[in-house]
Amino acid sequence: MSVGAAKLLILIPAFNEEGAVGGVVEAVNSAVPGAPVLVVDDCSRDATVMVARLAGAEVLALPHHLGLGGCVQAGYKLAYELGYEFVIRVDGDGQHDARDIPKVFEALRSSGCEMVIGSRYVNGSGGGTSLVRAAGILFFRMVLRPILGKPVRDPTSGFVGVNRSALAVFSRSFPLEYPEIEALVVLQRRRFRFVEVPCRMLPRRSGRSTITPMKSIYYIVHVLLGVFVNVLKYERRIPKESRRS
Amino acid sequence: MDRLLNVMTGLSALLILLVLASVRRARIRVEYSVAWLIGAAALLVLSRARGLLNAIAGWLGVPYPPLALLLIVGCVFVLIFYRFSVIISQLKDDNIALAQRVAILEYHIQSLKDQAAGC
Repeated sequence: MSVGAAKLLILIPAFNEEGAVGGVVEAVNSAVPGAPVLVVDDCSRDATVMVARLAGAEVLALPHHLGLGGCVQAGYKLAYELGYEFVIRVDGDGQHDARDIPKVFEALRSSGCEMVIGSRYVNGSGGGTSLVRAAGILFFRMVLRPILGKPVRDPTSGFVGVNRSALAVFSRSFPLEYPEIEALVVLQRRRFRFVEVPCRMLPRRSGRSTITPMKSIYYIVHVLLGVFVNVLKYERRIPKESRRS
Repeated sequence: MDRLLNVMTGLSALLILLVLASVRRARIRVEYSVAWLIGAAALLVLSRARGLLNAIAGWLGVPYPPLALLLIVGCVFVLIFYRFSVIISQLKDDNIALAQRVAILEYHIQSLKDQAAGC
């Protein structure tokens, strides 16, 4: 797949992923040869930076731990400064199948949408998702439906592609802790569009999820609040008349 | 009633001394000590000025003046906590932006070094 002229960057946020990030970078390199790969290291305590470099990735190393949103936004800022037209984010734990990147990229280029979400629920059952996470996704689908004005099947997916317009927005404003769902609202409030394409989810290459039942409750409350704050922020800035038009 | 007001006086004085000592040792910046000092001084005055406290309690409709003092204490601390929440949020945002900028600048420096080494 030719990406040279299209200025595509593959962004991999990583925190303590020394066991997985090398394989992820190699998988990305073979799926989209020629596309630069940027690993954003969120101040890992292990050898993530070294493993990523050895695998052939560029590394943006944060001086201290910022959390997922701050980590991804740093990558978006750099990509925007370097003039990239498209950025596709793939998680560093290996759960996203790099062979789906061309599909996301093609949708980004051809759909005219500012964001493309790699969804495990389009043409699929979302196999491999825990019961708690599936319930959370179902809940947020219902919350987001009236806000976004269209259904979203996999709002928590971190397999996301954005074009330069979305990159400009995210460089300035990006949710910091649990960014996926709030980012959808941020874009929708600016009348940007998104589309979902079917993607496969793989088991983690190493380590385990840090989401515990207590954190799940915190996650739901935090994201709900973030969603409504983003809605209110926009309401204050944009007059009703211009929104109707 | 007197005992409760005396305790409030003691706590207010202690708070003032604690904040002043912290400022002196540079553990609290002067601008962040002002809210604490004003709050503590106000409590100290109210716990000693019985007539003023009775007047405020009467105006609030609180039958027991020390209860009015506790209500004021609560309000003062809520306001102080709110102010510090705003400051902490701003500092966190600045801190994140700064950390991202440092990382990006380091990336650019490394790229320039690599280019120079390649030449």
